Amino acid sequence: MDGTRREWLRNAAIAASLGQLNAEEMQHVHQQAAKEKQAAGAYNPKALNEHEWKTVARLADLIIPPEGSEPGGAGAGAPEYIDLLCSGSEEMSRIWLGGLAWLDAESRRRFDAAFIEAKAARQTELLDLIAYRKNDTPELGPGIRFFDWARRMVVDAYFTSPAGVKAVGYKGNVGQAQFQVPKEALDYAIARSPFRGER
Amino acid sequence: MFQAVRGTPQEDVVVIGSGAGGGTVAHVLTGLGIKVTLLEAGPMLNPARDYKEHKTPADYAHRGAGEHAESYFGRKDFGFFGAPNGYWEMDDEPYTTAPGTRFRWFRSRIVGGRTNHYGRISLRFADYDFKPYSTDGLGTDWPLTYDDIAPYYDKAERFIGICGTREGIRSAPDGQFLPAPALRVHEVLVQKACGRLNIPCIPSRMAILTKPQNGRPACHYCGECGRGCITASNYSSSQVQIFPAMKTGLLTVIPNAMARELITGEDGRVKAVSYVDKATRTEKQIRCRVAVVAASACESARLLLNSKSPRHPNGLANSSGVVGRYLTDTVGYGVSGTVPALEGMLKHDTDGYAGGHVYMPWWGLDRKNKDFPRGYHIEVGGGYDMPMVGSFAGVCRSHEGYGASLKKTVLEGYGCSVSFAGRGEMIPNEDSYCEIDPHVVDKWGIPVLRFNFKWSENELKMVRHMHDTFASIIETMGGRVSGPRQLESEARSISTPGAIIHELGTVRMGDDPSKSALNKYCQGHECRNLFVADAAPFLTNPDKNPTLTICAMAWRTSEYIAESMRKGEL
Repeated sequence: MDGTRREWLRNAAIAASLGQLNAEEMQHVHQQAAKEKQAAGAYNPKALNEHEWKTVARLADLIIPPEGSEPGGAGAGAPEYIDLLCSGSEEMSRIWLGGLAWLDAESRRRFDAAFIEAKAARQTELLDLIAYRKNDTPELGPGIRFFDWARRMVVDAYFTSPAGVKAVGYKGNVGQAQFQVPKEALDYAIARSPFRGER
Repeated sequence: MFQAVRGTPQEDVVVIGSGAGGGTVAHVLTGLGIKVTLLEAGPMLNPARDYKEHKTPADYAHRGAGEHAESYFGRKDFGFFGAPNGYWEMDDEPYTTAPGTRFRWFRSRIVGGRTNHYGRISLRFADYDFKPYSTDGLGTDWPLTYDDIAPYYDKAERFIGICGTREGIRSAPDGQFLPAPALRVHEVLVQKACGRLNIPCIPSRMAILTKPQNGRPACHYCGECGRGCITASNYSSSQVQIFPAMKTGLLTVIPNAMARELITGEDGRVKAVSYVDKATRTEKQIRCRVAVVAASACESARLLLNSKSPRHPNGLANSSGVVGRYLTDTVGYGVSGTVPALEGMLKHDTDGYAGGHVYMPWWGLDRKNKDFPRGYHIEVGGGYDMPMVGSFAGVCRSHEGYGASLKKTVLEGYGCSVSFAGRGEMIPNEDSYCEIDPHVVDKWGIPVLRFNFKWSENELKMVRHMHDTFASIIETMGGRVSGPRQLESEARSISTPGAIIHELGTVRMGDDPSKSALNKYCQGHECRNLFVADAAPFLTNPDKNPTLTICAMAWRTSEYIAESMRKGEL
């Protein structure tokens, strides 16, 4: 923990007692953490080779696509996240390395090209099969199981990233002197509920 | 081999365990001028270092999944962000289960124990909870009444700080309350639905300061009480009782001290506590005038069962054979649903304090036609929670696919679910108990516990009732139940025994020494300087979380100890 954060925490107790904790002070902790991360420089993959890394990045952007200037799964750090967990867990490493190898083998068999070298339409053609349990056959079973992991972990990486948190609209983790609910939100929900018109 | 260190000076009171029970004993006794030494099997706590209260997943490269991807493969602990050192499994300290038994034993190894991360729900037991046999012919009456314990509920509540409202409901006795915070939007809808169904839905009673008290600032509503509160605005025995007691100079805390055995003298009284210093794997002894065991119900039973001597061949305070018996846990079951009224609502900060700002106390006291005894309370979840690893795993499973439609489904469903958790009363039975496993010791050479457990028909029928109730509330809100509308199997749906972490009853109290280990002051019938101050003495495990009652009972026991010491009886 850096000195600034420690100092902030010391002040937090006093500030909270006076009702002075506010969003900016709370966010300061996270901005510090983000700065430290940036200073650490570019990420060097620990578990995935270059081809696997590129395949994970492509899968990540297919699962959560970029929108305008907003990043998709890859820009939100899914490859870094997946590589890190593979480097820390044999079990996770087996799931990903095996799954990626299966994906390439299946892509070669169908399209005569590794997954990232196949045309975009071919890539989605294959994902359209393995993204659904209803297609479970001995032939596609390993791919369906792998894609379950890929989807879940890319979603985890994206929605825990600053871009994903912004996309869902999470407003919490800030200090409040009083817990308050916006009247607009309450009125909206009641008007749409079976309790509309009740006192 | 362990090296025994003897000849230490006698301490007044030695307390084993630093959770709600041990923390309260340390607070009350040092407040009365008595010297206390507290043994804790885990390390010292440093909240500023150990609590991750205001962190987010993005602050960590592993996003909270753990460096070894623990979140994906079943965690042994309470989650990366949870307050420290609470474990479902401990490599060094195993336990076993008898064939056919499933049991999960959650243990905490740190100063403050489970109070560092518990749910802060603070409910008084009701008058009838102390007289179960007199009320419906099941179980055993306590050797005391609600009126005996009420003054200690008052003291504990005033000191700890509990928010709530006075409601005059028999199943939810009122206490000394700080103001309750506002309700979240979905909680307003739940309350209106419950109004139509004639189910009481009232502000929760939580060990959370909504006003500054005793130098502790009020809650700042960051919603992460379970991670530990750096400002000590919620109750943990570590911050609220133990650290202040250490400042009096009367409390000595010995961390990393795993109690092995209570050593008795020829007069049958405890003369010393033998413990293992985990750091050096050295056996040490500490002599005492009074021993208070508050290691958590099953750990306390284990210590007594392992304290065998010629005078106490079945273990200490166990000539009745009840130690380890009558183990119960809370009946747990949950249902969630989606509520269209919440879709598209203005996103806002719903953190509040962790857990529902409302709950439903049991409403069926006078019902004659239900097919299970006793009752349950309901806890409510929902709101715009901090996105975490696993937050949208359910959407991934149900939506499948990928791309823009998957993202859209996550965004549209975020914060539109409500969840209901039932917490019901289990009746003690003969098939549920813990005992010493004759074949296994832990890393410290101490024989471990083996668990035996069975839910009875009473608990299974209660689960069906919970399901139907939760589904009706969801539908009355205009929502849809997630998953099957009809409960498919009670036995597969009820919580795993131990999983609700309300295990208790294993060193029961009573007036008859042939049927109980402790008297009405939680004092050993056959060992007068032995006391138990956790939930092990409890005779019922009602639909009210046990922590507040542990504090109140420990407070009462402490005053009795102080008075007995003053009179020269101890």
